[in-house]
Amino acid sequence: MNLSGAQIIVKSLQEEGVEAIFGYPGGQVLEIYDALYHSSLKHYLVRHEQGAAHAADGYARATGKPGVCLATSGPGATNLVTGIATAYMDSVPMVALTGQVPCNLLGKDSFQEADITGITLPITKHNYLVKDVKDLAKTIKEAFHIATTGRPGPVLIDVPKDVSVKKTKFKYPDTTCLKGYKPTLEGNKGQIGVAAKMIAESKRPVLYVGGGVVISGASGELFKLAELTLSPVTTTLMGIGAFPETHPLSLGMLGMHGTKAANYAVSECDLLIAVGARFDDRVTGKLDEFAPSARIVHIDVDPAEIGKNVRVDVPIVGDVKNILVELNSKLEQHLSTNWQDKISEWKAKHPLKYEKNGKLKPQFIVEQIYDVTKGKATIVTEVGQNQMWAAQYYKYTKPRSFISSGGLGTMGYGLPAAIGAKVGCPDSIVIDIAGDGSIQMNIQELATAVHYNIPVIVAILNNNFLGMVRQWQEIFYDRRYSYTDITGPDFVKLAEAYGAMGIRVNDPKEVKPAIKKAIEAKRPVIIDFVVEREENVFPMVPPGGAIHKMLGG
Amino acid sequence: MRHILAVLVENNPGVLTRVAGLFSRRGYNIDSLTVGRTENQNISRMTIVVEGDDLVLEQVTKQLHKLIDVIKINDITSEQYVDRELVLVKVGADAAVRGEIMQIVDIFRARIVDIGQRTLIIECTGDEGKINAVIESLKSFGIKELVRTGKIAMLRGQKFTSLNETREDD
Repeated sequence: MNLSGAQIIVKSLQEEGVEAIFGYPGGQVLEIYDALYHSSLKHYLVRHEQGAAHAADGYARATGKPGVCLATSGPGATNLVTGIATAYMDSVPMVALTGQVPCNLLGKDSFQEADITGITLPITKHNYLVKDVKDLAKTIKEAFHIATTGRPGPVLIDVPKDVSVKKTKFKYPDTTCLKGYKPTLEGNKGQIGVAAKMIAESKRPVLYVGGGVVISGASGELFKLAELTLSPVTTTLMGIGAFPETHPLSLGMLGMHGTKAANYAVSECDLLIAVGARFDDRVTGKLDEFAPSARIVHIDVDPAEIGKNVRVDVPIVGDVKNILVELNSKLEQHLSTNWQDKISEWKAKHPLKYEKNGKLKPQFIVEQIYDVTKGKATIVTEVGQNQMWAAQYYKYTKPRSFISSGGLGTMGYGLPAAIGAKVGCPDSIVIDIAGDGSIQMNIQELATAVHYNIPVIVAILNNNFLGMVRQWQEIFYDRRYSYTDITGPDFVKLAEAYGAMGIRVNDPKEVKPAIKKAIEAKRPVIIDFVVEREENVFPMVPPGGAIHKMLGG
Repeated sequence: MRHILAVLVENNPGVLTRVAGLFSRRGYNIDSLTVGRTENQNISRMTIVVEGDDLVLEQVTKQLHKLIDVIKINDITSEQYVDRELVLVKVGADAAVRGEIMQIVDIFRARIVDIGQRTLIIECTGDEGKINAVIESLKSFGIKELVRTGKIAMLRGQKFTSLNETREDD
């Protein structure tokens, strides 16, 4: 039987095991929406296409499965762009479907036409404009394959209206044949041997762990590697959760707002084992002084990351999990030395700390969220101070329990991503730790959460400032608060207007009861924590500075 | 240092944009880029001349490899290769100087492919040095128009940039 392009899309998504789509209808996707109407695929209507992209992204990060979003041509498609770029920077598997004007109107500045494949060229792993309905099933197969293998990333498929109408015979292909796409998954055995020897010789090793460990599902292997070698483990923002932060070998996060112990350890180590990390400038600070006395082993699935920012002694390209299994098999149990003592000393001497003056502190709130949820919640963040405090003061022990826009730093990410995460993991408590600035960028998605009764909790650390920018203005611009003093709405009333629950908290004593109440409500809740206005995120490495020279803390 | 990359790509729409876009957004300098079909109609071949040190070239190559449409990249700079460029030059040529121009054309084994009332079009192929020399020699007659194709290149002898591994043939 012949199927229309729209029906082929729906069938293909089902073949891929897609359970949820986040989208927004429009003129050029009417056919696709009509096919959805007749299908069992669960579609979530967002309130802005950016929300669809972030929700698909949050779903993907929480579950490890590809997220799917759908938008119409022109403005619908361009509204996805920030969400696609966010997913691209953090290697999130995503398939974005967009409608397009019919083929005969392409290139004529037609109504709601935008060259979305051109626009998303630098922010997708790959993209397609499908001009023949016969290519549609094959394209979708390829898109999911590319999005989810190697270094994952977003793939966009642009479908002109007439292609979604035209009919053809449907057969979903079993395999793909892409001559130019064959990711290396097995690490070179010789190189792994060299790395193992280097690790055996090392007196002061440090494991520098990025999002690649989470993506590859290699937490267990990493744990074994750390315990075998007694290497302290520091994670990037994206690597949070890859190693339990409650473990004695955990140093917490490194870099600009990392712990002193982590930054000191990296600065003094003789061997840095980078696993699924990419030496981002927010991690390394001044490159010349980053791990100056260390030899570097770099394990990553993306060969282009190796040698991009720093010189590497032993590059190993392949899937992190495969490589760590092989590496562990070549290692023997190390014995504790004074390196481990030094690490413990640093950790004891320089814990993360903030002034406890009886006022409501944002750090305290994050600690209380940790206490109440016993560390078992899925924490999603917005971007800015809220994100850093969420990273610092909650102790993550499981991969995929911390979801945050790391590479792109997208304000407005948190709420829609939390919705996606909750859809993917309905049994988890999902809390978006937000700022009063970021939350206003996609607050409309509260309507989505209420509409489908997706019980996400938004904990706003409300300081009436664009806090992170204000902090930089305080430290580097002599407290000239240029346009960072921001007024928000009454968030409690706003929550109620949307049909969600709103709670305001002014007093430290009210924090725990409010969190408990929000969890028990089993519906979307905003908690407006009115916190001390000019609190700073410390420690802090000034931009471009050496990471062992930190301010504050 | 200048490197010559022979790049095999899927002959898909937009592949040139993908490659060119990659170079511009990552700030790599292209000296020239040529593209055309190969013996296999689904595959095109680009010859890219790019300026940069070894580290830059390593990144260029790795980033190119990340493009799904890029099948194979061969940096042939350090190998024995033949490279050619084609140039068309329209020069001012009154009857008085035509003889002189024809002599130059002969010396460079170039060809005259069009004669106008006051102009000649000269076609010349060769490596970059020869092309530059012929242009230099024609300058004094007044170059009205000039177009060059950019470099194409191929490995000498028994080495190939083909879909199979580069190999010694027997």
